[in-house]
Amino acid sequence: MSTMTSPAVATSRRAARQERRRRLGPLSALSHAALLLWTVLTVVPILWTFLASVKSEDEIFGDAWSLPATLRWDNFARAWEQAHIGQYMLNSVVVVAFSTFGTMLLGSMAAYVLARYPFRGNRAFYLLFVSGLAFPVYLALTPLFFVVQNMGNVPLVGPFIGLNTHAGLVLVYIAYSMPFTVFFLAAFFRTLPTAVAEAALVDGASHTRVFFQIMLPMARPGIISVTIFNVLGQWNQYQLPLVLLQERDKWVLPQGIADISTAAGYDQDWSALFAALTLAILPMLVIYTVFQRQIQSGLTAGALK
Amino acid sequence: MINRYRRGLFIIAFLAAPVTLYLVYVISPYAQAFYIATTDWRGVTATPNFIGFDNFVRLFSDSIFWKAVTHNGALLLLLPLLTIVIALFFAFLLNVGGGGRGAAGVPGSRFYRVVFFFPQVLAVAVVAVLFQQVFRPDGSGMLNGPLMALGLRPVGFLSDPDVAFWSVLGVMVWQAVGFYVVLFSAGLASIPRDMFEAAQIDGAGRVSLFFRITLPLLWDTVQVAWVYLGILALDVFAIVWVMTDQHGGPDFSTTVMATEIYRNAFTYFRFGYASALGVVMFFFTVGFAVLSLRLSRRERIEY
Repeated sequence: MSTMTSPAVATSRRAARQERRRRLGPLSALSHAALLLWTVLTVVPILWTFLASVKSEDEIFGDAWSLPATLRWDNFARAWEQAHIGQYMLNSVVVVAFSTFGTMLLGSMAAYVLARYPFRGNRAFYLLFVSGLAFPVYLALTPLFFVVQNMGNVPLVGPFIGLNTHAGLVLVYIAYSMPFTVFFLAAFFRTLPTAVAEAALVDGASHTRVFFQIMLPMARPGIISVTIFNVLGQWNQYQLPLVLLQERDKWVLPQGIADISTAAGYDQDWSALFAALTLAILPMLVIYTVFQRQIQSGLTAGALK
Repeated sequence: MINRYRRGLFIIAFLAAPVTLYLVYVISPYAQAFYIATTDWRGVTATPNFIGFDNFVRLFSDSIFWKAVTHNGALLLLLPLLTIVIALFFAFLLNVGGGGRGAAGVPGSRFYRVVFFFPQVLAVAVVAVLFQQVFRPDGSGMLNGPLMALGLRPVGFLSDPDVAFWSVLGVMVWQAVGFYVVLFSAGLASIPRDMFEAAQIDGAGRVSLFFRITLPLLWDTVQVAWVYLGILALDVFAIVWVMTDQHGGPDFSTTVMATEIYRNAFTYFRFGYASALGVVMFFFTVGFAVLSLRLSRRERIEY
């Protein structure tokens, strides 16, 4: 068979399409228009930012939709170096790597014990964790600031976990990620079959070994969903670092981006701002495009439980 | 006996670290907040005195507090309503309402779902800065540029007190819709195809397909969405703090409870007053959660 469509097939296809269109009437055209409109609404602000990131200052303050005369790639160099976006991004990567790992380790341990080991007080611990889902974090902000400040006075480890430390922020992230992580993973562990774990225990494996070598691998789909949820949630967190990290060189990316636009005055480097925005958006766009299926199911899984 | 001992030891070992962290960083701050709310604590060094409910009394005659509550209330009503209506419409088009036989979605539905969801993965702070530029008041703004080119007057999206709140709402809807399109799509995927097909054979058009079949079967998911969006509306902070003029302005026209808590605590150093605000916000949130749980008790449709 040739790759060319034969005229007969083409006509019948056109006929089918016309028949469809006739049956659907204007509603179909309208629904397509609505979908296209929302696509434009979603995509255009982002593309416009990308465009502005290669404009000069004058072009940015000129007509919003003019094209740049020359592509100013040096905006990115200034954003990376002078606006410290490189530093902020590195900080974010370090913080989120440790905090997500810690969240998943501690969260799955707690969830597993609470889901599979009945003991006096089990329910109370579970409710303690899950109740955190209902609290607005803003209520805790002021005391949390002082808790973290006091942690800085703890002998030996104090200097590492006080205010303006990444390890301190990591511990706070882990603690505030517990409610959802425990809630979701406990539900997941309850759905897993018990036979394998029991057989291993009879064979003399320790509880710890059963957890790490049997139950964790079995819980993989749930673990992946919650990991994605936590990585994104912690990467995008703005409120907690705003309170806990006040030294500029410790800042995470959302803080850095927000600061370029709010704090600076008229000597603001606007083209670097757009370059910085692009640097914050583009990696997310790439990661999202590659993992969009996992990210969509990871983020919505919690809501459907 | 040894086994029981080992089991107990295991439980303690696995719970110790998460529970300690959680008690220190989450539970203890919440507990302290309720106490701090009854003191006149100001500044970093001053000693707090117990003043009972004075902070709350002051709060109720604070016009800025009432503005913040009104804005949260308006968001609580409008954000879920707009987001759910738009997302349901698109989810229906993408999954059922394509019009073809067999109740399939429109062509390219996968593409739309991918694009619509993208804003959800961006940090709220980044979205706030992005729209600050989009909403610029002069010809250099993405929206005002074309408006002025058409000879219209520019809109003060963030500088006009009558408009700024709607800009905040618009950005929140912009970011949220994609998530709920995907959520509703997942809900629709679990409804058996033959339901729609049977209805179509019986002569149901797209409108009745939506109101008579899709909406009732999706009602559970819609309620979940309502609770999530309600919490989002009560918790909003970064969009207002970063995007609007004067962190909640102009003239407090966009301020919300969370920004007032942050402003009082970390700009004015009124820790007692900020905590009292936090306690009020806590009761709003819990009240909303309890209310929506009560209202949502409804028979599930089994299929």
